[in-house]
Parts: sequence; structure tokens; C-alpha cells
Amino acid sequence: MKENLSLSIDTQCYHCGDDLPAAPYTSGDKHFCCLGCKGVYQILSHHNLSSYYAYNEIPGASQKKAAQHFDYLDDTKIAAELADYADENTTVITLFIPAIHCSSCIWLLENLYKINPAIVQSRTDFLKKQVSLTFKNQQISLRKTVELLTAVGYEPLISLQDVVKKQQSDHSERNLLTKIAVAGFCFGNVMLLSFPEYFGLSTFEKTFQHFFGWVNLVFAVPVLLYSARDYFISAWTNLKNGILNLDFPLALGIAVMFIRSAYEIITHTGAGFIDTLCSLVFFLLIGKWMQQRTYHYLSFERDYRSYFPVAVTLIKDGKEKPLPLNELKIGDRILIRSNEIIPADAILLKGEAELDFSFVTGESLAIKKVLGEVIYAGGRQIKGAIELEVVKPVSQSYLTKLWNNETFAARKDNIKTFSNTASKYFSIVLLVIAISAGLFWISTDINKAVASFTAVLIIACPCALALSSPFTLAAVLSIFDKNKFYLKNTAIIEELARIDTIVFDKTGTITNPEAKGFEFTGNLSQEEKQLVSDLARNSGHPLSRELVKWLNLSSLHPVDQYMEKVGRGLSGSVNGHEIKLGSAAFLGLTQQEKGSVVHILVDGKYCGYFLSAQLWRTGFRQLAVKLGHQADLHLLSGDQDHDQHILAPFFPKTNQLHFKQSPQNKLDYILKLQNSGAKVMMLGDGLNDAGALKQSNIGVAVTDNINNFSPGCDAILDGVSFEKIPQFIKQAKDAVRVIHMSFVISVLYNIAGLFFAVQGLLSPLMAAILMPLSTITIILFTSISARFYAAKNNLL
Amino acid sequence: MNMIYMLIGFSILLALVFLLAFFWASKSGQNDDLFTPAIRMLFDDEPDIGKDELSDEDHKKA
Repeated sequence: MKENLSLSIDTQCYHCGDDLPAAPYTSGDKHFCCLGCKGVYQILSHHNLSSYYAYNEIPGASQKKAAQHFDYLDDTKIAAELADYADENTTVITLFIPAIHCSSCIWLLENLYKINPAIVQSRTDFLKKQVSLTFKNQQISLRKTVELLTAVGYEPLISLQDVVKKQQSDHSERNLLTKIAVAGFCFGNVMLLSFPEYFGLSTFEKTFQHFFGWVNLVFAVPVLLYSARDYFISAWTNLKNGILNLDFPLALGIAVMFIRSAYEIITHTGAGFIDTLCSLVFFLLIGKWMQQRTYHYLSFERDYRSYFPVAVTLIKDGKEKPLPLNELKIGDRILIRSNEIIPADAILLKGEAELDFSFVTGESLAIKKVLGEVIYAGGRQIKGAIELEVVKPVSQSYLTKLWNNETFAARKDNIKTFSNTASKYFSIVLLVIAISAGLFWISTDINKAVASFTAVLIIACPCALALSSPFTLAAVLSIFDKNKFYLKNTAIIEELARIDTIVFDKTGTITNPEAKGFEFTGNLSQEEKQLVSDLARNSGHPLSRELVKWLNLSSLHPVDQYMEKVGRGLSGSVNGHEIKLGSAAFLGLTQQEKGSVVHILVDGKYCGYFLSAQLWRTGFRQLAVKLGHQADLHLLSGDQDHDQHILAPFFPKTNQLHFKQSPQNKLDYILKLQNSGAKVMMLGDGLNDAGALKQSNIGVAVTDNINNFSPGCDAILDGVSFEKIPQFIKQAKDAVRVIHMSFVISVLYNIAGLFFAVQGLLSPLMAAILMPLSTITIILFTSISARFYAAKNNLL
Repeated sequence: MNMIYMLIGFSILLALVFLLAFFWASKSGQNDDLFTPAIRMLFDDEPDIGKDELSDEDHKKA
């Protein structure tokens, strides 16, 4: 074990665990892959925080990516907007830090005060990946604080659309828990006080009867007015809009129960139904809580503002100054430094632009632009600083205007759920039965008429029905969660069961962005392969790394005269041979490039080239075949059509393969499918799919790291679970079946209760037994059968 | 038997105290993050300098 450890430490960066280059950076006896990792280590060891490396082996994240500039945090307006609280001495701010992943992270972030005592307190929320910092703003500025975080390897992600803020102000779960606590408290006490009534009271104990009744009534008041409030509000607003939802019979049942109980207790004619009332509200709220329990640390609401910086550097009268993005106007001259994102469509005025549009298109190949050309928003500059003139405001740019499409405004909130449809008929039938039972008795016995009318409303209160959907769907949601398929809410499951058309994006969705294969064309001996591998090992360029991984040879020879031209190629002398790797231009070849190519020159002799090819995600072939049976498959790609012949067999109809699609084209295509009556599920990854994801009935963002930003969507699917999509759809269909079955069960209970209720024979005891019994049956039935189907679908 | 009135009163009062304690806990955000405290409690209070050197020694030896 110890030997393994030392081995890994010798060949891996002590901080982040990446492979060490030939000439690693060292500090003491530790080796590092880059200056960034070494810097973090030095800060930590200097401040006596080396325990960071003791809690976990290799706790750090790679520091190769250049950090952003945080000058804009000096702008008081921006700083004030970001802070949770600020006075003249202290500032409190909550920051989202995607790098948080282990206990070392928590430990270090909560010990920041040891590096700078001006930081009074820092609290980490691990699941949300947030840190709440309290610091003395006289001694350390917000910018310095953020730069300190960045210096220790935890760069916060500050964006315009403050997801952090929204989560903080959202106390709905807290409020619901309080309501449950109140209902539970009253339920427990009321049950205790109702027990003597169930067992019958002797004449001597009768004196307590009225006392118990009154105490029960007091307990019912907070349940009615506080815990059950939302049901009354919801029933009333829906009724005003002419909708009969499930909350209507629930609210009616609760109200009738309270009025009749109060009447019985006050007139000393009976014990009332307070126990049933409290248990009903308690169980209902638990069902609601189950349904609301989503994975709030994933945000499904991200739009372009999450991708864009908070501010840009404005150049005015030869001076640079940070400007909040929403104040950017047409004609402004802006400076984009290396590694920054272009926030608005703009014309290139100065500098060498080489842009990575992978955010937008998923294609990682950099694109060069010449002076005077219009550059669309969303690209990341990878060369040096450039100057641009803004031609369109941020919200009107080519990419961002997709979000301002008004078609999105109304949709999505009204997914038709089974319980909504069923409750409409249920409410009508219930009212008809209650009124006819009342009318039947009214001529003979007015008391019996009232008794039977209220009893019907009480016993048929659709508690079990209201719980069947939440419990089934919550169980399925947690099963999906275990399989790394994260849904925004439970209604998506029912929608998933109706899907008949599936649209795929290509790059990054059905191809695996991590794994690359190489195709070699030319002649290369084993010896020469070794030399190429040794040379490429020294480079940090993604293609070199992939090439080393693919060649799979251990390092043998040292490299002399190593030279790397970033983005062009490498050269060096290995074991007496002169090796050159890189683009055609770098090697002085006159070949046209197609795709990512690495040419090889050994001692001035051309040996051929490696062509990097994309690999399909595991199981894509089987997936396409399986899904093809149950749904219509389409492909929308922003790329060229050179893969058409490979993909054609997966998509039965060739007219459903579309290449060179712009984001707007994709959106329109989805709209066209929907207009022809299709229920569309879209799978995409990049920002260019965002419009289509939003328009489709279910937009699924496929990602290999769920903590990365994914565009606004209904569900996030981890790449490793990509092949399970048919199982997910099957499970959703089974879930709907379980809901139907539990509906039948709860209706059977209702019929049994109604049999007594219409005759005016319903006793409080019977109601107190029947209601919890039906509720527990439903909870058990739905949870067990949802898991049974999950096991059948290989999801457990 | 009048004792019962008092006993019930006390038991409800006691239960109310717990309910109020829950309100306070919920309001002060103790239920918001149920994951991190479980990890936090495992950290040593003050990193021991001697121990740190020892762990470095370990690496050297290995």
C-alpha cells in the first residue's frame, strides 16, 4: 500500500493528481504539474494548513486553467449587488464554488481565517457547493477575498443570474416543515385525547368527555388555519379560474369536518372528527413534502446569464474600467482578455482573435477571426487580449435572443398530470353523491340529511388519492437520482411516459467528449511510436495528452531541446532523433487540414498523421435500436455532415438527420414536430441546444460532470447513464401504471366508507380508522410497487 | 381525578416547548444543510504541527 502511494506521488502532481511533465515544478520534496498547483501548495504550507493534504489524498483541482480577472469586484455597485449583507465594517457574501468536492475542501474553506485574519467566518454548504463568507471590509476588499479563494484553488463562479440568491430567499421548504411540525404536534395530542372515546367511557369518566372535546377543538384551529391554509387558497384560486383540482374536495372535506366537529362538541352531541382532520392534514403535507423534495443543489433554470461574466472591461478615452454587463451599449469599445467570454455580438477592432465556441456549439476546435469581422457572443478568446466594438446589446445577440422568445413564457407549467384529470371527475361525482344523499333523507329526517351530506364529504375526502401520485413519483425520482438522472420535478415523470419522439444533438450528446480515438495514416515503427509518445508526454495540450493515452506506452527516453508552440506543435530531440509533432503549418507541410490532425516528422522524414476521431457514447448503438422500436428518432447537429454515413443506420428515415443546424433551426424543428402532435424529448448539451431544450416537452441536458453548467432544462442526465434511457422511459410508464392502480384502491376504500356515509351511519371511530388505513395502504403500495418495477427495469 | 386536568396541561406545555424549540431550530437554518455538519465534526480542532511533520516524514520514508 505504501509503495503504491509513493509511486503515485512520484509520477503525479501532489496537488491535483495529474501526470507530471518531464520537468515538474518542485517545492521541497513535492512535485507539481504546473505553477498554479505549486502556488497553492506554497500558500497552504506557509500558513500551516498542510492538513489539507492529510484528510484526502490528492484533494486539489488542476490549476492549469488561467484564472479570471476580478477587477470588476472593485465596482461598488456590483459588490453591493452580490453581497448578502454589508455595513461599514463587515460584509457577508455567499459564493458558488464548483470545485468543492471533498472533506479537504470544507476544511480548507472553513480555515481561511488562518491565511487572512480579516476573514471572520466561512461556512461551507457541501451539497450546494456554496461558501458563506463574513469578512471585515476595512481590511480586505471583496476582490481581495475572491482572489484569495482563487489563489488557494477555489475560484468562485460569479454570474449575472444569481442562482445563489434565489436559493437563499426560498424558504418554502422550511415553511412546509414548520406546517408539518404543527400538524404532527396537534395530530399526536388529539389522538391521545381521542383514545378514551374509542374505548368507551364509563359514567364516571364522562366528566372528562367535554374537556377532551374542547381541547381537541383548540388543537384543530392551528391545523385548519395554518397547516391546511394552502389547500384553501389553492382550491379558491382554481375555482375562480373555473378549474376543479384535487385541492377542492380536500379543502371542502377539511372545512366540513371542522364545522361538524365544532358543532358536535359545542352542543355536546358527539365527539367530532378532529382526529381524522389532523391525521388527514398531516399525511397530506408529508405527501407534499415528498413531492417537493427535489435536488435543489442542481439548478435547472440556468440561461445565458449564467455563462456570461458579471462585468466587462470598457475602454473609454484610453482608460480601462469595469462595466456591469447590463449597462453595455451599442458602440462601446470593450477589452476581452485571454480566457474571457465575449458577452455581446461585436466587431473585432484590434488583436488576434482565436475563439473557442464549445460553450455554444460543443465543438472544441478554435475558430480564427480577422479584423473587422463580426464575432457572435458566447465565444471564449484563447489567444491574447483583443478589442471589440459592440454592435448589439447583450439581450439581442444572436445567441441570447433565443431566450427572449415569447413562446417560452406560457408553456411548461401546465403539464397534464393524471391526478389533475382524475380529480375533476372525482369532485363532480363526490358532490352529486353528497347532495343526493342529503336530498334522500331531507323529507324524513332533517338531522340525518345533514349527517349523511357531511359524512359523504368527510369520508370521500381524497386523501389516499392525493397521496398516490406524490409517493409514487417521489419513489421514482429517487430511483432516477441513484441512476444519475436528475429531474426538475415529479411532473416530468408523467410527461416522460408520453414521449413518442426523441431528438438527439450530436456533438457532446451522442459522442463522448472525454474519450477520443485516433486513426493513424502512414508508416510508424514501434520504436518511432515510442519516440512520439515520449515527446508528447511533455505537453499539456489536450491532443498531446489524448495521444499519449491512446499510444499507451510508458516513458522511456528523456527529451532534449524541447520546444512547444502553443496550439501549433512540439519539437524535440528524443534518443538522438529529431521529432516534430503538430499541425501542417507548424511542420511546413502544404496539406489541407480536416478535423483535429497531428502530423509527425521524424528526422525530417514525413511519417503520416494521427486523425482524432470522436467516439460514440457507450451503448449508443443498442440504445438507438431499442429506442427505435418505441419512438421516432431524429438527429439535429450543428456540425458538417461528414458523419452522415455512419449515423444513417441508427436513424431509420434519412430525412430525420439534419446537419448544419443553427440554434434557431433546432428550436423551429422541435416546434414543427410538436405542431404535428408529437411529444418531443430533446437530448442536448451545449448552449446551442438551449432553445430546443426549452421548447421540447422534456429537455434533457447530457453532461459528464453534473456540476458543470448545463443549459436550462427539465432534467440532467449524467453521461455514464446515457445507455439507460430506454429503462428510464419504461420506468416512467410503469410509474403511471402504479398511480392508476393506487387510484383504484383508494376509490375502493371510498366506496366502502360511502356505503355507511350515505345511510348517515358514519361514526367518528370508523372515520378515524378508515382514513389512516387507506393512507398507509397507498403509501406502502406505491413505494413498494415503484421499487418492484425499478428492480424489473434493472434500475436498482 | 382532577389531577388529570393538571397532568394534561403540563404534558401539553412540555410538548409545546419542544415544538417551539423546533421552530427556533428551523428558523435559524439548522435544517437547511444536513450534510456538511456531519463531515465538519470529524475535523481536528487545531491542526497539530508535530503531526503534520510526521505525515510528511511518512511520505519521505515510503
